[in-house]
Amino acid sequence: MIPAPFEYVRVGSVDEAIAALAADEEAKLLAGGHSLLPAMRLRVARPSTLIDIGRIEGLSAIREDGDAIVIGALARHHDVANSELLQRSCPIVAFAAAQIGDPQVRHVGTIGGSVAHGDPAGDMPAVLLALDATFVAVGAGGATRRIDSVSFFTGLFETALAPTEVLTEIRVPQATGGWSFLKFNRRAQDWALVGVSAVHVAGGVHVSLTNMGLTPLRATAVEEALAGGADPVAAAARADEGTGPPDDAFASSDYRRALVKVLTQRALQEAMA
Amino acid sequence: MTQVSITVNGTSHTDDVEPRTLLVYYLREYLRLTGTNIGCDTSSCGSCTVHVDGRSVKSCAMLAVQADARAVTTIEGMASDGELHPLQDAFHRNHGLQCGFCTPGMIMAAASYLEENPDPTEEEVRESLEGNLCRCTGYQNIVASILDAARGDG
Repeated sequence: MIPAPFEYVRVGSVDEAIAALAADEEAKLLAGGHSLLPAMRLRVARPSTLIDIGRIEGLSAIREDGDAIVIGALARHHDVANSELLQRSCPIVAFAAAQIGDPQVRHVGTIGGSVAHGDPAGDMPAVLLALDATFVAVGAGGATRRIDSVSFFTGLFETALAPTEVLTEIRVPQATGGWSFLKFNRRAQDWALVGVSAVHVAGGVHVSLTNMGLTPLRATAVEEALAGGADPVAAAARADEGTGPPDDAFASSDYRRALVKVLTQRALQEAMA
Repeated sequence: MTQVSITVNGTSHTDDVEPRTLLVYYLREYLRLTGTNIGCDTSSCGSCTVHVDGRSVKSCAMLAVQADARAVTTIEGMASDGELHPLQDAFHRNHGLQCGFCTPGMIMAAASYLEENPDPTEEEVRESLEGNLCRCTGYQNIVASILDAARGDG
């Protein structure tokens, strides 16, 4: 399986990437390529130009900025998983990064690519949604825009990024309280049939769900129940409210609805222990 | 066509490739290094594992142009001066293979992992092979081989 032909441009800066995007509306950015290239090999994706941003300097650092931790969009999953700063200050992100794909995938795939791909079955989008992460994008003329996580994931493989915007940074809060990241699958490298992230943020417990709809979802009913004093068992019973899980070859929609309640209960018990 | 210069097993190669050329096809068809196998063709099985700048990657999921100016190591680059790499030797002594198709990828994945964690437990070795499938052995002797190489036995 070979991708359809395309033009290849390697850029050295975000500005060059934006200019190249503006020049060809069928172009796609290439970071690690571990979501895009498999799709291109199946010819599900057929970009006319690949704009390789993988070597732009300064976009892969992980650093502190006041109360936030800033993760460069080109940080590899392996480096996110092994970041001492994240392990100490926002451990759910480091832990989840270590569950993505397999070691070879984690050596190449990037957090920015994973997020911009907008796959509701991806591990990292739901974690960032639970954390109320902020996504920083740069567009035409160097205009910088901050997008909150609730607005970022707009649909199946769709995000709020404009066609000529480049995701440059992801900002997460320090989250050193209890947390849990649970992913249920049948085989080691499979996508999550269902995943649940639970983490203490800003005085409350945030819960988000992987692969329970067209985007990663906040389990709003669970969060409201907890805020109202419900125990984890009672709160978790509401985990499928407002969801629309897929019905596919791997699991039925009903199975996912049952599974999400079980996983949410376990995640809450772990995060709130 | 795009020109790439890739150092493979210590030797620099410069070639014009179509941008869509995957690294595994560059290695096998341009350089005739056929030790790197193509198994599933969907970045699942790990048979095509090589090192790029010292880290294991699946060469069927990477374009040759992404490896431009990088250093690639394949299974052919593991032995030196006629001496097997310790992992190759350990797979040989422990019968860490049956049909052998997955073996180059297993050895390249294990070599990268042992660089990160030179003294792993059995469970850690099994987890480190998450990205590599073997359909013959049940993994038992593969894991034994990697643990043997890590301990420097034999």
